[in-house]
Amino acid sequence: MPMTRRLVLGASGLLAMPRLLHAQSGSSPIRIGEINSYTSNPAFTLPYRNAMQLAVEQLNAEGGVLGRPLELITRDDAGRPQDAVRLAGELVNDQKVDVLAGAYLSNVGLALGEYAAQNRKLYVGGEPLTDAMVWEKGNRYTFRLRPSTYMQAAILAEEAAKLPAKRWVTVAPNYEFGQSAVKWFRQLLTARRPDVQFVGEQWPALGRVDAGATVQALEQLKPDAIFNVLFGPDLTNFVRQGNTRGLFEKRAVASLLTGEPEYLDPLGDEAPEGWIVTGYPGEDIALPAHKAYAAAYRARFNAKPMCGSLVGYSLIRSIAAGIARARSVETEAMVEGFRGVTFDTPVGPASYRALDQQGTLGVFVGRTALKGNAGVMQDWRYIPGEALLPEEAVVRSLRPASAS
Amino acid sequence: MEIVIPQLLTGLAGASSLFLIASGLTIIFGVTRIVNFSHGSLMMLGAYIGWSILTRLPRDPEWFVLGVLAAALATAAIGVVLEITVLRRVYRAPELFQLLATFGVVLVLQDVTLWLWGAVELPLPRPRWLRGFVEIAGSRLPLYDLILIGIGPLVLGLLWLALHRTRWGTLVRAATLDRGMVAALGVDQRLLFTSVFALGAGLAGLGGALSLPNSSANLGIDLSVITDAFVVVVVGGLGSLTGAFVASLLIGVLQAFGIMLLPKITLVLVFLVMAVVLVFRPNGLLGRPQAEAREAALPAPVVRAAPRELRLLGLAVLLLAAAAPFLAGDYALSVLTDACVAILFAVSLHFMMGPGGMASFGHAAWFGIGAYAAGLLLHWLGTPMPFGLLAAPLAGGLFAALFGWFVVRLSGVYLSMLTLAFAQITWAISFQWVEVTAGDNGLLGVWPPEWARSPRVYYWLALGLAAGVALLLRRVLYAPYGYALRAARDSSPRAQSIGLDVPRLRMVALVIAGASCGLGGALFSYAKGGVFPTYISIAHSVEALLMVLLGGLQTMAGPIVGALIYTGLADLLVRSTDLWRLVLGAVIVVLVIAFPEGIAGAVRRLWLRGREA
Amino acid sequence: MSTLVVQGLRKSFGGVRAVSDVSFHVAPGEMLALIGPNGAGKSTCFNMVGGQLPPDAGTVLLEGRPITGLSPRAIAHRGVGRTFQITATFGSMTVRENVQMALLAHRREIWQFWRPVAGRHADKADALLDQVGLAAQADRATSVLAYGDLKRLELAIALGNGPRLLLMDEPTAGMAPAERVALMQLTRRLATERGMAVLFTEHDMDVVFDVSDRILVLNRGQLMAEGNGASIRANPAVREVYLGSGATSGGH
Repeated sequence: MPMTRRLVLGASGLLAMPRLLHAQSGSSPIRIGEINSYTSNPAFTLPYRNAMQLAVEQLNAEGGVLGRPLELITRDDAGRPQDAVRLAGELVNDQKVDVLAGAYLSNVGLALGEYAAQNRKLYVGGEPLTDAMVWEKGNRYTFRLRPSTYMQAAILAEEAAKLPAKRWVTVAPNYEFGQSAVKWFRQLLTARRPDVQFVGEQWPALGRVDAGATVQALEQLKPDAIFNVLFGPDLTNFVRQGNTRGLFEKRAVASLLTGEPEYLDPLGDEAPEGWIVTGYPGEDIALPAHKAYAAAYRARFNAKPMCGSLVGYSLIRSIAAGIARARSVETEAMVEGFRGVTFDTPVGPASYRALDQQGTLGVFVGRTALKGNAGVMQDWRYIPGEALLPEEAVVRSLRPASAS
Repeated sequence: MEIVIPQLLTGLAGASSLFLIASGLTIIFGVTRIVNFSHGSLMMLGAYIGWSILTRLPRDPEWFVLGVLAAALATAAIGVVLEITVLRRVYRAPELFQLLATFGVVLVLQDVTLWLWGAVELPLPRPRWLRGFVEIAGSRLPLYDLILIGIGPLVLGLLWLALHRTRWGTLVRAATLDRGMVAALGVDQRLLFTSVFALGAGLAGLGGALSLPNSSANLGIDLSVITDAFVVVVVGGLGSLTGAFVASLLIGVLQAFGIMLLPKITLVLVFLVMAVVLVFRPNGLLGRPQAEAREAALPAPVVRAAPRELRLLGLAVLLLAAAAPFLAGDYALSVLTDACVAILFAVSLHFMMGPGGMASFGHAAWFGIGAYAAGLLLHWLGTPMPFGLLAAPLAGGLFAALFGWFVVRLSGVYLSMLTLAFAQITWAISFQWVEVTAGDNGLLGVWPPEWARSPRVYYWLALGLAAGVALLLRRVLYAPYGYALRAARDSSPRAQSIGLDVPRLRMVALVIAGASCGLGGALFSYAKGGVFPTYISIAHSVEALLMVLLGGLQTMAGPIVGALIYTGLADLLVRSTDLWRLVLGAVIVVLVIAFPEGIAGAVRRLWLRGREA
Repeated sequence: MSTLVVQGLRKSFGGVRAVSDVSFHVAPGEMLALIGPNGAGKSTCFNMVGGQLPPDAGTVLLEGRPITGLSPRAIAHRGVGRTFQITATFGSMTVRENVQMALLAHRREIWQFWRPVAGRHADKADALLDQVGLAAQADRATSVLAYGDLKRLELAIALGNGPRLLLMDEPTAGMAPAERVALMQLTRRLATERGMAVLFTEHDMDVVFDVSDRILVLNRGQLMAEGNGASIRANPAVREVYLGSGATSGGH
């Protein structure tokens, strides 16, 4: 009954009234104001919000932070940075939140970081992947949890370097994320393998890939291997055309994010086999902490935890840990408290580096396989974030001095 | 040949998919003159309904065909409901109000679809026969693509037969040429419109269901499809079925080869094609000049200076607005600052659209150009805000003159679509010229100087500029130039015969509108601390239209009322419900039905009731 | 000197001769009627003089200066006013403002962005409205005017340009017979008073014979007769064309 399940999923996501997450205890709550693309990217953000809700409930049941309960207030940015900035003002000035969090899109994350720096408020980005957020455009008040585009591309480049393939082509959505991913992958792979050539590239517009023509154009180049950054509906179209047209036969594919259940599940029995991907193996993770988290999530929402759920859950956990370490919700104290703080996530401990305020939540890398009629990640391993980041001197040179 | 043939066939398959969507849109436009923004939503519904039906049927070809037809019929039925409940009530309203209503429908359907089918994309599992391929010129071509290549001409043929071999078809063709004629023939016009809308919706549903073997049913279909469909319809010539077919082929094939030669062209290709076609053929490839009869049928009411009471009310509101910092908190001030920007955005559009008679679908372009002028000057040259605020209107005006040179030669929907094309090209440049504009990450750190940084001071600055520009534009409209502009809109031949230079009048209107709008863009950027390509999005252009039309085209206060109501409503809804799109869409539809002359227009009518002979 | 001199005017549409070698002239204060059956080339001729269509060959002289192929706007500025077969007024303005608009355009005061229109040249506008008998309607919207009044308004707008030549395309189409005569007699009087040349097309032969000084008959793009009312009435070729085509007095 896939229909029914989805109905429940969709409805529960919609009807969850986020503003009602008040805690029970009497003392005034610590307020987290969260802004995300709930209407423009619901497939990712709704499971993400569910998990945040779960984390808040759990933390409050454990007695809150600094003896105060947490309260989560969420807002929809409709995918527009200008709306996010306006709502950040509302959360800070009207709702008097202590911490700003959120963003799915990179430009929304950057805009919120800019707002945070200007207004001296702490902002913790969960999902935005752009490197600029903590490097070129990094600032004192902005932290970011997820492994960045660089980190994701770095691990794929490392794996790709082990392949015999010499002629590579790339296909990526035509915007900053796609462009950075391709740039880093080329750079890092070429550094390891000077004999590698990039013989072609495709840049379909995000959300409107002309998959047949794109696959055909790549096929003409007769590459040895393909680097893919498409995701979501674009990926579905691309994989279908590629399967039928035989693009992936006898070719290696390295693919960013494809192992995330958000993007792998919809491929169903057409999920590719043997692609090197970053992603999230979900309930295959045997860590006790993860098992407990996944069970709690299932019990609470009657759905399996997605990659977005992991991000949302860890985001709240990291904020709680940072505040606990700062022993205050005063912004400057929190900045110092967050720098270097270690927190537990379902996939292991992570921290916010003092160096660039980047989270060290790691990357799962593995190969896709078919199990039954669904794609899964196989032979995966977890690489902690710190192992994927460039040397300290490089990072320092990238980050503005004012960000210290 | 090994390269050309497979790519060509792939392009033809894409062309067929385009034609399925565009054919319905162009037929609906031809007869009802409705620019149906919700056509993409109908296709999206077709895809979702198709998914729900086909996943329940056996996976054999014959069941696939039946399921697809059932999805098309179901979508046609939804079209009938839409036509009867919403569109039928607004046929008498000015043309663009129908666009507004259909945009409201888009918003509503987004949330309804999300609620019914959930957020996760739904691909149709492909049975073996849908995965088949044929080897041609050394490449594998999906069997289904070859089927699609055949479906395009088949649908064209069936539609041609229906239009040329049935009485209903004769009526449809007659209505496309001249609506008055159908009424004269004593035909039930309502039945004709409903049936045409059902056919168009059914074609959209067919397109949606037929897209399933290649792509999933997902929530992004509506907006990604509608722009392409518009482009095809306009390039082909509004209302021309054959034109839509030719345009589909042109765009499908150009797309397939374009990405081989210039992979990054994906963002702008279709809009470049449209701009080039419209510059050389102002009525599309196979379109006829639009009859001006409709304009004459709906004379604009006489513009008279506002009565004394209303002017006093305006003054009171202005004083209250000036006192707002003493009454409201920082957030409310930031919303009011946004409202001031919205006023600039709306009055500038109103200037060219109301008195100028040129409805822009790409007004956000000048907003964005002003924003980028200020942002780039600050980013590259460290230019301070006062000069940024000066440069923005200059840049807006300059680009308006540049675009205007092409735009003023066109009229009606073609003009609107050319402005849309220019806006999309501007957007693509801001998006893709990463070295200069920082791409979609945007230009950051665009803040006002220390003296203007407090929300209070910045709000006063915004209020002063918005009120100043609005009053200035009002003044211009009551001066000889403003009258001449209206004269050119009311009757172009008459205006020329008394010696008015119609293209130049319109051009200057564009420059004034572009400059005012550009100022708004810069003002907005300093308030948000950044400049992003989303400022130039189609959605933002549509917001400008919403504000102007909600307020009312025929009064000077209309755009201001519209800007205030829209800004307030959107902010309130976004903060109070996840279903804000549903509520906003429904409110828009209700307002359009209740106040076809806009809110300010309705107030004016009530005010004047009994006072004017 | 003649106000308007037309020499050897020619126009084809896709190989079909609409007008071939038409020549005529109109003197100051003279009313010249251009008649002929449907499709004779009257409107084409008219639009070439008014600038709406460029001629293939021939010259149009206004007071001795060539205006051939100029834009309608330029021709208007040189002192040619015109009215349209389907009335075209400025619907969003009052009757007086319509005339003010014409006066402003004539004085080249259009490119002013500050001083309001209200009151400007209002006396002059009212005087013109008075001349055409619309003074009482000055403050009304044009959309509420009766058809005959609209035609008068068009005349007033055209006069606002201070024209030395007035072009009137089917000025009485759609009017009641009594109104037709009144409108054309008004035009006759204005033409005489102002020394204004008038070129008009007209289907109503009663009107034509009543007010015109001279009549040109076009058939299939060619000038087939020219003369005063009596000579045209007596011309057998003209009778042939008109009886043959079935169009007679009163038809339109």
